[in-house]
Amino acid sequence: MIHTKELSKAYNGTTVLNVEELNIPKGQSFGLVGNNGAGKTTYFSLLLDLIKPTTGSIINNDVVVEQSEDWKPFTSSFIDESFLIGYLTPEEYFYFIGDLRGQNKADVDALTSKFEDFFNGEIIGKKKYLRDLSKGNQKKAGIVAALIGNPEVIILDEPFANLDPTTQIRLKQVLKDLAQKQGVTVLISSHDLMHVTDVCERIVVLEKGNVIKDLETNPATLKELETHFASGAMTSQEEE
Amino acid sequence: MLITEGYATSMVLTWMFTMTLIVLINNFLNFIIEAFSAEKELSFLPIIIVVGVLFGLDYFNVLPMKTLIGDALISVANNPILILVPIAVLLFLYAYNFKILKGKLFLDSSLKSKVTEVKAADLSWTKRFGDIAPFMQLDLKLIWRNKRTKSMAMLLVIGLLYGLFFYPQPMYRDMEFMFAFIGVFSTGFFLINFGQFIPAWDSGYYKMLMSQNIKYEQYLRSKFILMVMSVVILFVLGIPYVYFGWKILLAHFAAAIYNIGVNSHVILYGGSFNRKKIDLDKKAAFNYQGTGAVQWIIGIPLMLLPMGLFGLTNWLVGFEAAIALLMILGIFGIVFHKKLMKLITKRYLDSKYKMIDAFSQDN
Repeated sequence: MIHTKELSKAYNGTTVLNVEELNIPKGQSFGLVGNNGAGKTTYFSLLLDLIKPTTGSIINNDVVVEQSEDWKPFTSSFIDESFLIGYLTPEEYFYFIGDLRGQNKADVDALTSKFEDFFNGEIIGKKKYLRDLSKGNQKKAGIVAALIGNPEVIILDEPFANLDPTTQIRLKQVLKDLAQKQGVTVLISSHDLMHVTDVCERIVVLEKGNVIKDLETNPATLKELETHFASGAMTSQEEE
Repeated sequence: MLITEGYATSMVLTWMFTMTLIVLINNFLNFIIEAFSAEKELSFLPIIIVVGVLFGLDYFNVLPMKTLIGDALISVANNPILILVPIAVLLFLYAYNFKILKGKLFLDSSLKSKVTEVKAADLSWTKRFGDIAPFMQLDLKLIWRNKRTKSMAMLLVIGLLYGLFFYPQPMYRDMEFMFAFIGVFSTGFFLINFGQFIPAWDSGYYKMLMSQNIKYEQYLRSKFILMVMSVVILFVLGIPYVYFGWKILLAHFAAAIYNIGVNSHVILYGGSFNRKKIDLDKKAAFNYQGTGAVQWIIGIPLMLLPMGLFGLTNWLVGFEAAIALLMILGIFGIVFHKKLMKLITKRYLDSKYKMIDAFSQDN
């Protein structure tokens, strides 16, 4: 589904991302982990053609993302709050996204009604602007908006951050279903190793822009990841 | 200086002291006005009205403000004891300021954000515009629900009445090139104010728009239609100007066509050079956030060019020819609308990364 080749991004000569090759098959739930500055958001921004790659390219379902806009109809994303329109209510926002993705009001309503649990009664029908919602509720609205219009690829940056524990657990279920039952390719990044191992079939560890681990998730993965990041903490302590 | 010219030293000193007091009074008064205008959108209107009324009273010799103030100053200079009056005013203003600012010192009061309940208007009439309807609804909500755009919309009244500054004075009624200028300005008031910040109005969620399944052309066409509608509405509302002569109405009509055909495209094109983010929650009056060199440069083709062309043709050939020229230029623009939009869209696509990068900076 998504082929990354010799991709790199440099700002003023400093390379922040350098990926030789990375192939993500259709229907895979793919997790990206790494410390701050590892290049997770950079990779997602390149995938969404929000920044221009220094070298190489990403091919999303046979479309080279920087050359054509044809990847947009089947790709959706929620990167940060700048994906929300503050002066709309959540419903208006959903309908707007629906309009852009060729879904009428009824389609959107049908989808959002499935997320009543997830919203916990704090999103729909509150007559509040998105800008007045709490961070967690904004995130919920943004994530659900990314599911509108049956996308084949969903990209979520740090979806678990700012969510309360109950919602985190519900979100994990939602993401698992998407990949397993509907064949959607789900890409998420996270700082939370436990969540990411719960949800993702495959986990890639980025460090300073390089892929340093590419793991199939199994019961031992969490341990391995924890050891990896702990050793990072150890060596940095020794360096000090 | 005044002392060497023979005025009494004590008198000059008192006068200087009074001046200093007045400067301080103005300073504190400004603080207070600013404190109020930050909260409400149209707070500058009362000030304009007060100043306008005072000026009017003076101008029509109802109440000679200038001499009154002059007399007051002289009498203070003559009777130093009267200086207590400005001192008292100053103390009062200072105390009031102190109170306001102290009230604002507590963090929690400024952290507590006001939550407003949404009153949604029925915008289903936009459906007739087909595929651009979602964007038009978004733009209308943008204008109505944000402080800065809302007060800009309120300023339309001033734009509409702009002609009243000139036309009642016989001096301007013979300067026909002014008709074109006022026509372009008053029918294009919204176009200029709204258009110059495209696409910066959407800077807060520009990344989302760029990753969404939208066609740039639709996005821009929605803005275009909105501007055209505003020109038509403002022209219609401006028809009463015919009172000052049919030539004025004709010039306004030509200017409206020029606005639709030429200026709308020019301003959309200029928008692709916008690199400054706009925070929608800030008020509009005296707010220059998002203003850059582009906004000033674009004013030249927008206002001076039609005025110059009109003036020149009017002078060389005649009034009718000048009107015809503006209209023909406008119609050219309308005829080549599709082609121009393609060009403009390409410009936007070319500067996409730069805009995304610029709009995600906090300036």
